[in-house]
Amino acid sequence: MTSLDVKDGVDQETVEAVRSVGGHYKYGWETEIEMDYAPKGLDSDIVRLISAKNNEPEWMTNWRLDAFSRWEKLEEPNWAMVDYPKIDYQDIYYYASPKSMAEKPKSLDDVDPKLLETYKKLGIPLKEQLILAGVEGAEDVNLDERKVAVDAVFDSVSIGTTFKDELRKAGVIFCSISEAITEHPELVKKYLGSVVPVTDNYFATLNSAVFSDGSFVYIPEGVRCPMELSTYFRINAENTGQFERTLIIAEKGSYVSYLEGCTAPKRDTNQLHAAIVELVILEDAEVKYSTVQNWYPGDENGLGGIYNFVTKRADCRGDRSKVMWTQVETGSAVTWKYPSCILRGNESQGEFYSIAIANNFQQADTGTKMIHLGKNTKSRIVSKGISAGNAQNTYRGLVSMHPKATSSRNYTQCDSLLIGNKCGAHTVPYIEVKNNSSRVEHEATTSKVDDDQLFYCRQRGVNEEDAVALVVNGFCKEVLQALPMEFAMEAQQLVAISLEGSVG
Amino acid sequence: MPLSQKLPDDLNQRISSLKLPKNNTKKRCEALKRIKVMGLPSRRDEYWKYTNPSLFNNLFSDKNVVIGSDDKLNFDSIGCFKLIFTDGVFDQESSDSLESEELELVRISDSSVDKANWLEDFYGSLEEAGQNPVDRPLAKLNTAFATDGLALRVTGKITKPINIVYNETSYRSDVNLHHCIKLEQGSSLTLIESGSVSSRLNKVTELEVAQDSSFHHVCAQTNNVDKIVSTHLFARLWENSVLKSFTLTTSGALTRNEHVVELKGNNGISHLAAACIGEGRFHHDDTVFVTHEGTHCESRQVFKKVLKKGAFGIFQGKILVKPGAQKTDGYQISQSLLLDDDSQFLAKPELEIYADDVVCSHGSTSGAIDEEGLFYLRARGVPENTAKDLLILAFLAEALAEIEDTKISELLLTYLERSL
Repeated sequence: MTSLDVKDGVDQETVEAVRSVGGHYKYGWETEIEMDYAPKGLDSDIVRLISAKNNEPEWMTNWRLDAFSRWEKLEEPNWAMVDYPKIDYQDIYYYASPKSMAEKPKSLDDVDPKLLETYKKLGIPLKEQLILAGVEGAEDVNLDERKVAVDAVFDSVSIGTTFKDELRKAGVIFCSISEAITEHPELVKKYLGSVVPVTDNYFATLNSAVFSDGSFVYIPEGVRCPMELSTYFRINAENTGQFERTLIIAEKGSYVSYLEGCTAPKRDTNQLHAAIVELVILEDAEVKYSTVQNWYPGDENGLGGIYNFVTKRADCRGDRSKVMWTQVETGSAVTWKYPSCILRGNESQGEFYSIAIANNFQQADTGTKMIHLGKNTKSRIVSKGISAGNAQNTYRGLVSMHPKATSSRNYTQCDSLLIGNKCGAHTVPYIEVKNNSSRVEHEATTSKVDDDQLFYCRQRGVNEEDAVALVVNGFCKEVLQALPMEFAMEAQQLVAISLEGSVG
Repeated sequence: MPLSQKLPDDLNQRISSLKLPKNNTKKRCEALKRIKVMGLPSRRDEYWKYTNPSLFNNLFSDKNVVIGSDDKLNFDSIGCFKLIFTDGVFDQESSDSLESEELELVRISDSSVDKANWLEDFYGSLEEAGQNPVDRPLAKLNTAFATDGLALRVTGKITKPINIVYNETSYRSDVNLHHCIKLEQGSSLTLIESGSVSSRLNKVTELEVAQDSSFHHVCAQTNNVDKIVSTHLFARLWENSVLKSFTLTTSGALTRNEHVVELKGNNGISHLAAACIGEGRFHHDDTVFVTHEGTHCESRQVFKKVLKKGAFGIFQGKILVKPGAQKTDGYQISQSLLLDDDSQFLAKPELEIYADDVVCSHGSTSGAIDEEGLFYLRARGVPENTAKDLLILAFLAEALAEIEDTKISELLLTYLERSL
């Protein structure tokens, strides 16, 4: 983004904000630490090795092996509007762990200080401290209400989880998935792969075979999780793929807000990240899942960067269950990600708020699926895509109203903004309506600003143009405000983005 | 995009059942070669996801003949030049003479190319251009095997609309028709197509609209009860040219209408619209691909579907704005009204934009009849069924409003009123 011709109507603040988000990658440094690698490449022995490293029971090993044999028969999908050189799956390390983690530290005090330092530098407090470094306004917040428990994943392993004891008192289980497999096998057995089956797609099957760690959350019936939970993923080792797996189970009437952040060092080679997130949401439960995806996006010439191929899905199994996905996608060279909602329970609700910013040579193909199965289900999709430089940004989504999902409702709005004339913005929505009492609306326009709001502004002497800008900006900010406090730092930069001059 | 699955057996069967006509041999052989590489469409192809192409692919014999109902729709009151096709063959004798008009008319089946030497290069060329980025095998098949069709070269403003009337007398099973229409600079033509050709029809129209010309097209698919119809319109628009095309469909077991438009020159205008109303065994698929290459072009797509008793409505629309096509104004709306729980509307309205100074928007909605509107009408003493019909008409009228000639749109509206 050196020289730029910006069309009329795109305000300078937006351009600056996009530049600041994509221009300097702050997290591109590396931690020098001795690592333990599994041999390069992938075969059934590597799968067994990963399983053994995590001291997994036999059923888990077999589950992985089954996934691996399926994966061998699959072909990599090519329908997304992304273009990248063929990945050599035999040229990747599937397991990399800091040597000091060979024996799991009993508490965070035993963790290698270098690792703790890494997270400190990233602004992620691994001590049970309360204030988040650098977040404006955090000091004004009532500390008791702003506790965040963190699970920190470094390459292939979880190095520790904070506030475990306090959470345990509330009955909440928050630990790494490897720990859950050994300590809570009944829960893992019941739910793992039940939302994203092993057979789901190429990358999901790969993940099922080789996932090394990730987070596990269980919120018991009626419990409102006393603090926000978060996982911070860091890729550090070179030529290593990260395959993490997150499983969140919200029992009847429970509530949890979960945050996810991710960064990686600057490297000239591409690295693969293929994760799965499964959310199981039972009657009257609610899960908020927020992501700031900030993997290394590659340099201004498109060299390096993470390939981010992620399968995220929420299964709203119970009546009146609710899920909200919020994502800010700023990183990764290639993004392939569709956080989805299966609205199985009657009156269940799914929401998807996304801001995807692609800069330089980044390519993002992202969106959501709203599968309405239950009666009176509701979904709402708000997606803002911004492309700059030579980037390509695609919204791809599915809204499906099944015959039995009567009286359901969907509203979709996706806007894109192009900054510069070498980038692209694309929209590929699929809309399938199979009953007539449901209403589906898909809109991709900025001209449709709420008339009442406009009228209100105009009545108070705001001229038409300013009024539109005010309403549109307000709308974008509304999405950003759906992000929890902990992402305020990133969000602060993004709020300057206006979607004036958007194209559908 | 290559087709993901080849069906060589089907294809061989299909090809061997057809005879290669003895004209435009070079183009036809090229097309045949291409179709052998492409294969026939399959359900696994992205743009055949919602419509099963097997009824287009399979062999079709006389036992598949269906006899359509009598159609009350005719355009006589408009005052048109009539060109008659009987059982898929151009019937010169029954047709009006166009000698007083500034146009050349030959049949594509006419092998004396000296009569229309432009046709030799033209035939199949726009269809070929429309094969990228998405394969359209049925159109390719048509180019190879089309038996008849008109080649019209328009050099001035045609004084009355031309109405191509398709009549069926001996009921043929399977026909491939191919029209080539070329509007030279500063010319204009309104073309109306009505009637039914055969039990299964594969029709391709190639259209080039030169600078400062305009082409208005109205197609009535009202006489296709239980028939299987595939149509393609491949249009290329040059500077300051206008294309307005409207299609009305009220019957047909399976209809797939593809519009492929390239806006090559600056300031071009392309309006595509369609209204369809169907019930029961009615599967209606509109597939649209509009490419903007010139600057300051306007494209508009308005597609409305009313579906009941298990009818299927499909809309796949794409606006592609190429790099440099600045000041593009693209608008697309696809809407369905589902009158009962058995009908389905499946849509994929796509945008692909590579230019930053453009306004493109699309919308798609689906739902039942507006209860409030119904209540309003009933409160004023309108019986329920009449009120519903009124709301259906109002819904379709938005697409009909896209027809330039109000005489035609009024005629179609009256026809719809009667048939409800």
